[in-house]
Amino acid sequence: MEDSRRERDGAEGGAGQADSAPWLCRFLGPAESMVAGVVVRLCGYSAILFVFAILFFVLREAAPMLFGGMDLVEFISSPDWRPSSEVRPQYGILALLVGTLSVTGLAMALAVPLGLGAAVYISEFCTGKVKETLKIVIELLAAIPSVVWGFISYMVLAPLIVDLTGAPVGVNLLNGGAVLALMSVPIIVSVGEDALKAVPDSYREAALSLGASRWEVVYRVLFPAAKNGLLAAVLLGVGRAIGETMAVLMATGHAVQIPRGLLDPICTLTATIAAELGETVYGGPHYRMLFVIGLVLFTITFFVNLIADIVVKGIRNGQRA
Amino acid sequence: MEAHIRFHNLTVRYGAKPALRDISLEIPRRRILGIIGPANAGKTTLLKCINRTIDFVPSASVGGRVEVDGQDVFRIRNVYRLRRRIGMVFPLPVGLPLSVYENVAYAPRRAGVRDRAELDELVEKCLRQAMLWDEVKDRLDLLGTKLSGGQQQRLTLARALSHRPEILCLDEFSIAIDPVTTMKIEDILRELKNEMTIVLVTNLVQQARRLADRTAFVSDSRLIEVDETETIFTRPANRLTERYVNGDFG
Repeated sequence: MEDSRRERDGAEGGAGQADSAPWLCRFLGPAESMVAGVVVRLCGYSAILFVFAILFFVLREAAPMLFGGMDLVEFISSPDWRPSSEVRPQYGILALLVGTLSVTGLAMALAVPLGLGAAVYISEFCTGKVKETLKIVIELLAAIPSVVWGFISYMVLAPLIVDLTGAPVGVNLLNGGAVLALMSVPIIVSVGEDALKAVPDSYREAALSLGASRWEVVYRVLFPAAKNGLLAAVLLGVGRAIGETMAVLMATGHAVQIPRGLLDPICTLTATIAAELGETVYGGPHYRMLFVIGLVLFTITFFVNLIADIVVKGIRNGQRA
Repeated sequence: MEAHIRFHNLTVRYGAKPALRDISLEIPRRRILGIIGPANAGKTTLLKCINRTIDFVPSASVGGRVEVDGQDVFRIRNVYRLRRRIGMVFPLPVGLPLSVYENVAYAPRRAGVRDRAELDELVEKCLRQAMLWDEVKDRLDLLGTKLSGGQQQRLTLARALSHRPEILCLDEFSIAIDPVTTMKIEDILRELKNEMTIVLVTNLVQQARRLADRTAFVSDSRLIEVDETETIFTRPANRLTERYVNGDFG
């Protein structure tokens, strides 16, 4: 059985295809495996196609404002976003940008220590039933729809913040940051835990045999060994926080202003698009400006990924230096 | 002869599966004890009990006693101090994700050596003992995991020696090392036994014959017999031992 399959692969020139899809070739004949090879290749390339298609469509809608009609200096430097002003509409995104960055930054400041701590605990210090339960619960957390998180922020967190701080409104930067943190933590935990789990046990044994304590094993051996995976976990969390729309729309108060403190309501790039797109005139300047904001978001996520890539590569090369 | 390590009726199970059954064995101080036996006989488990890394196998349950210098290791409070007295080399090379230098300097640093010159000297000495110095002296900053398999294996040997252990446990140390280097390391082990007790688990029965003062034969989680190496290889008491050392089974 084993032999006949091998002969068939060899005799009919299946070996060439075996390079691209060796696993599939075990189950498929040469012709099928060629088709399968083409199909998986198309699946792979489709990702590139989608990215460029999205960029193209967003750019097409934004172009008339982007290349004429908009004041680039005002766009970047003005905190005034007054798209529906009768006198003179203003399209400054500085407040929105600061809103997005501050709420994301706050969320990460809360979520990264919590998420990585939980990942370390689940991966290294807990066993059996506790471990299984925690993993299931955390996956469940990741599956909660963002609008439900919005509810929680609105109904639970907001009154709590008002009670505790005496702030006039409970929907603000703090609330948004807390909700985004709660939403990012499950991602950071599950990806981070996978990264730690991927470190071979032999590393742990070796370090323990040298007399290291379990905590030393974590920060001297596991963190360096898993740093790429842990970084990926953090950046996925950042991505989630920047892109999140519904929950921040409900949690942040949606007030266009540059926040001076944690208790100020803010407005983010994503929430602005979601809240305003339905009210704009199709093809009008306001409509097109929202697509320009889309481009800004696109650029931000592109740079987050690029930086991640550079950092990961830098870490890899730095190990030689 | 004074015993450095003593196993009293040691029994280890992984879940329901017995890994060691009622092992009683003495390892004399500043000698080399060879442990031979087929795969899955329990040789590695025996080593794991000495430095108590068995603690980290969740399914393992241990009965009986293991004494180092008369002290029961399973009753020791400060297990980290125990592990620092024991050097361990694993069958698969494990360069920690640190530089070559830091791999070797790790344990001395933990022990409080701060002086750079003293560390440098120590690192060089250990790397020389592991026959690795000439190959890595110009690239001590290279990540340990980037070395070849055989080099990493010698790196782990250097690392095991770096905290000047009283006991050196070698678990198939030569598996990834070429024969010429192996011979050189064997020479060094013969010198090292003036300073430390060496437990040598090996699949190469001839290596045990070359190096060990005494040899223990373990099979199917039982200690079949232990005696002077010469006796084990020429007139073993047990037929199973005779067949194993002659290559008839295993």
